[in-house]
This record gives sequence, C-alpha cells and structure tokens, in this order.
Amino acid sequence: MKNYSTLREIQKDLLAGTITCRQLVEFYLKNIDEKNLKLNAFVSVYAEESLQKADEVDLKIKSGNYGKLAGMVLGIKDLLCYKDHPVSAGSKILDGFEAQFNGTAVQRVLDEDAIIIGRQNCDEFGMGSTNENSNFGPVLNAVGDHRVAGGSSGGSAVAVQADMCLASLGTDTGGSVRMPAGFCGLVGLKPTYSRVSRWGLIAYASSFDCIGPITKSVEDSAILLEVIAGSDEQDSTVSTKEVEAYSELVPEKKSYKIAYLREAVESEGLQPEVKAATIAKLDFLKSQGHTVEAVDFPLIKHFLPTYYILTTAESSSNLSRFDGVKYGFRAANSKELITMYKKTRSEAFRNETRRRIMLGTFVLSASYYDAYYTKAQKVRRLVKEYTDSLLENYDFLVCPTTPTTAYKIGEKTADPIQMYLGDLFTVQANVVGLPAISIPNGEDNEGMPIGFQIMAGAFQEKELLAFSNAILV
Amino acid sequence: MQIDQQTLQKIAHLARLEMSESSDHEMIDSLNSVLTWMEELNELDTENVQPLIHMTEEVNALREDKIVPNITREQGLLNAPKKDEEYFRVPKVME
Repeated sequence: MKNYSTLREIQKDLLAGTITCRQLVEFYLKNIDEKNLKLNAFVSVYAEESLQKADEVDLKIKSGNYGKLAGMVLGIKDLLCYKDHPVSAGSKILDGFEAQFNGTAVQRVLDEDAIIIGRQNCDEFGMGSTNENSNFGPVLNAVGDHRVAGGSSGGSAVAVQADMCLASLGTDTGGSVRMPAGFCGLVGLKPTYSRVSRWGLIAYASSFDCIGPITKSVEDSAILLEVIAGSDEQDSTVSTKEVEAYSELVPEKKSYKIAYLREAVESEGLQPEVKAATIAKLDFLKSQGHTVEAVDFPLIKHFLPTYYILTTAESSSNLSRFDGVKYGFRAANSKELITMYKKTRSEAFRNETRRRIMLGTFVLSASYYDAYYTKAQKVRRLVKEYTDSLLENYDFLVCPTTPTTAYKIGEKTADPIQMYLGDLFTVQANVVGLPAISIPNGEDNEGMPIGFQIMAGAFQEKELLAFSNAILV
Repeated sequence: MQIDQQTLQKIAHLARLEMSESSDHEMIDSLNSVLTWMEELNELDTENVQPLIHMTEEVNALREDKIVPNITREQGLLNAPKKDEEYFRVPKVME
C-alpha cells in the first residue's frame, strides 16, 4: 500500500479502482497491530466495525454517490462522544462509560463517510502538555528515543505520524492540537473559538476548548474544518457565520504583512535549532515577497498565568459533575454521601487534575475571586485588545509552536510550572479565541520535528490555511 | 497568598477531594508555587479594564423549543455505577 498523505490522492485511487477502502482500513489496522503496543496512541480500536463500514463506503463509491470524506480513516481523541462507544477523557473516573449520542463534529464526519477506526489516548480531560497524564499511560513519539508525543492530543498526533490512520480529530484548550502536531511533524489546526460546535466534547475549560484536526497536509485540515464547522442548535455559543470553502487554498493576496513576536523568536530559552529554523522560515517569507517585521508583546509573560487561572477555574466547575453517581467509577465502601464523592474523586482523578481542581476552586472561592479570577479576566481583555490591534496592521502573527522539540519522557513531570511553560507560544490563541495552526518546519540535530505557528484574525481560517499551504515547503 | 494546612483542607472540602497526610505537603508546595507565579498579574494595572467574560460573538442564540426524543430513562441509567430500575442509588443521606 502506497503511503498516502492526503485524502485527494486516496480518493483519486479509490475512483480509479486501484485501491479499496477495505484495503486502506486493513493497512491502518496492520500498522496499529505492529506499532500501538509500543506507542500507546490508540486506547480502543474498532477493527470489525471499520472493515464493515469500509465495505459500505466502497459500495457507495461504486454507485457514485459518496460523502466528502469517503476514504478518510480517522481517529478521535478520547474526549469526543461517539454513540455506543467508550469515551473516558483519559480518566479512571469515566472507566466503562459509553457515549449515548454522537458529538456534532463526530456526527458530521460520519455523515460524510469518514471511517472512525478508534479512540485515541490523551492527557486526563486534556490537562497536560506531554500526554503523560493519562489513565492509559504515556504516549510515545514515533520519532526519537523515548520522547513525548506532546499533549494533550498526543495519541491523535502519534496515530497520524505512525500511519495508524490518515487524520485525527483532537481538541485544543491551550495548544493541545498544535503542540503534539509540532512535536510529531504534522499539521495541527485550532480554529477560531466558536467556529466548531462543542456539543459532545467533554468539557475542560469551556471558554477555551476547540475541536481541531491533526493531519499530514494543510488540505486535509481544510477539508475536515469545512465538514465540522458551522452552526449547531446544540451549542448556543457556536458561531452562525457561514462556513467558507477552506479547501480552495487560494491565497487572496500575493504579499502578506507578517509580524513575529520578538520576545518569542529572540528568547534565550529557545532551543538553538528551533531558533535557527524559525529565522530561516522568516527569511524564506521575506524572499517570497512578504513583509516580515518584529513586534513587541510586553504581555507575553502574563499569557500563562492568565490561562492557568481561567482554565483551572472553569475546569473545577466543569469537573464537578464527576461525582460517582451518574457515570463511570465509584469508590468502594463509602457509607456516607459526601465521603463517597470525595473518595471517588480522589481515587479516580490523577495528581495533575486534582491540582488543577484545587487551584480552580481556590481562585473561585469567595475571598480570592476578585484577586485572581476577575484579575485574570481583565488581563484576558488586555491580551485580546493588544492582539487584535496587531492584527489590524498585520495579516498573521508567527512564532515557533514550542520553545523546544519533544522532551524526554519524564523530563517535565516533576515541576508543574516547567510543564506549563511549554505552552507559552500556543496559549495566546486560546486566551484571545483566535485561529492558529502549527505546520512542520524542519528537524533538530536529533531528528525531532520543529513546528512553526501562524495565528490569524477571528474567522480568517480561509486565509490562514491558504497561506500555510503556500509556505509549506 | 500562601496556602496553609487549614486552607488546603477547606478548599479540598469545597472541591470534594480528600487530601491524604502523605500528599498534603507536596500539594501545598505546588499550589503555592503556582499561585505565586499567578500573582505576577498584579504587576499590571487593570483598574479601568472590564473583565472579558464571553468569548463568542453570538448573543442569546435561541432555538425552537421542539419536542424531540431524548435519551430514555434506561439509557440514562446505563452508565451509573449503582442503580435500580428507576433511580441512581447513593449511600444513605438521612438517618
């Protein structure tokens, strides 16, 4: 089987009759069989079901009446509800839980004949930057020696990286699609906040969460966004703006104005190869006739504290529903209700999740609400206004996706702040709700992939994707 | 702000979490280091800034109040760790 990196190539061969969906699924299942035990990307594999669905899609292709995603074998992060299939947010607390409905994004890819081959490992409730904080154990990067996948959609990235599926749907609350995409040499897109319905996405931080694709190509990212985006009566926050033809990928302008964050690119903390690759990319952009200028972003050191105050607050509230009553796990031998709640939650949530719930509960508690939570909401406005003002003068803001390439397993887990710092460049897009993409930008001296991040104005995905595709060399 | 043993227990109770003696210190230390880091926001003057609360541009998005088949009681109870024919079961609340 040829190693495909775009749906277009696959559909061309499917229509020519040189391959079938069944053969595609068999190819991916074989790779899962060979690699998953080591990489730990998939936590459920729907082998029989995918083969059956493949036969159905093969018939549809023969009949000439098939969906836009026919031939796409897809994995979904363990935060997305797929009816009658397990979903557990990488957590013991949802052990044994099965979804009772399809999330909107999942329903839409199924309606377009995508084949969902399995459910993918992630950090518990999306809380992590390395995919080491999962009830299913860490995900391993397919490149390098014992390197992390990045998180929290680590399983979703590695599954694509290791050819266990063509594409994945992940979720991005502070970089959880872009960071693993960067660490694995893939394309990861976080759409504008509210572009994609959150119905059927298990909530972490509701004013940040976004579903986004992880793919090998920008065009597959665009096609998937076209399918999953748009209004939905199940989510009152979702945008009713028209979904554009993202997959046309024709840049509107010949020459763009691009700003890079001086603090990010010139930072001492940047790995030398990441810095060199980023500067090379900026030089390339100039050589292509784009205007590239440095801008200062004095608020950069405040991104992460703002992000962590607000997301821990929202998560402490969202995760209060997990009480050992309605779904999943309950601790044994609790004779009294409050004790049962406490034992269940303490036994099931992992350390990092407990820490975030504690922080969130603290910043929302009556005595500290204004000092932390309201303060962070105000800084959120400052960051948004400053970012918006830059995007009035520039088409795109660019920087490396992460300060370094993938860490060694265990390297960052001891100190939460060290772990949080890895999100420095990605959180801005979530704090302000703007679209951002990570595209591959070479490798470091040990062959670990480097990511390049591009952020655009609200609902500018069409331009963002077209530009990303044009500069991907 | 520094969290002490007493605050830790108070917050843990609000969050319906149990802190064991052995993990107490570790949790207190990590919470305090993160809170100190969060306090860097106090360097910024936000006196006249309105908090940003809503991230969506949509306002009062309402749909038709249609009656549609929702999940059944059986489906609703399906995933519960303890249940009877009709209800979720929990440990006794009243004596």
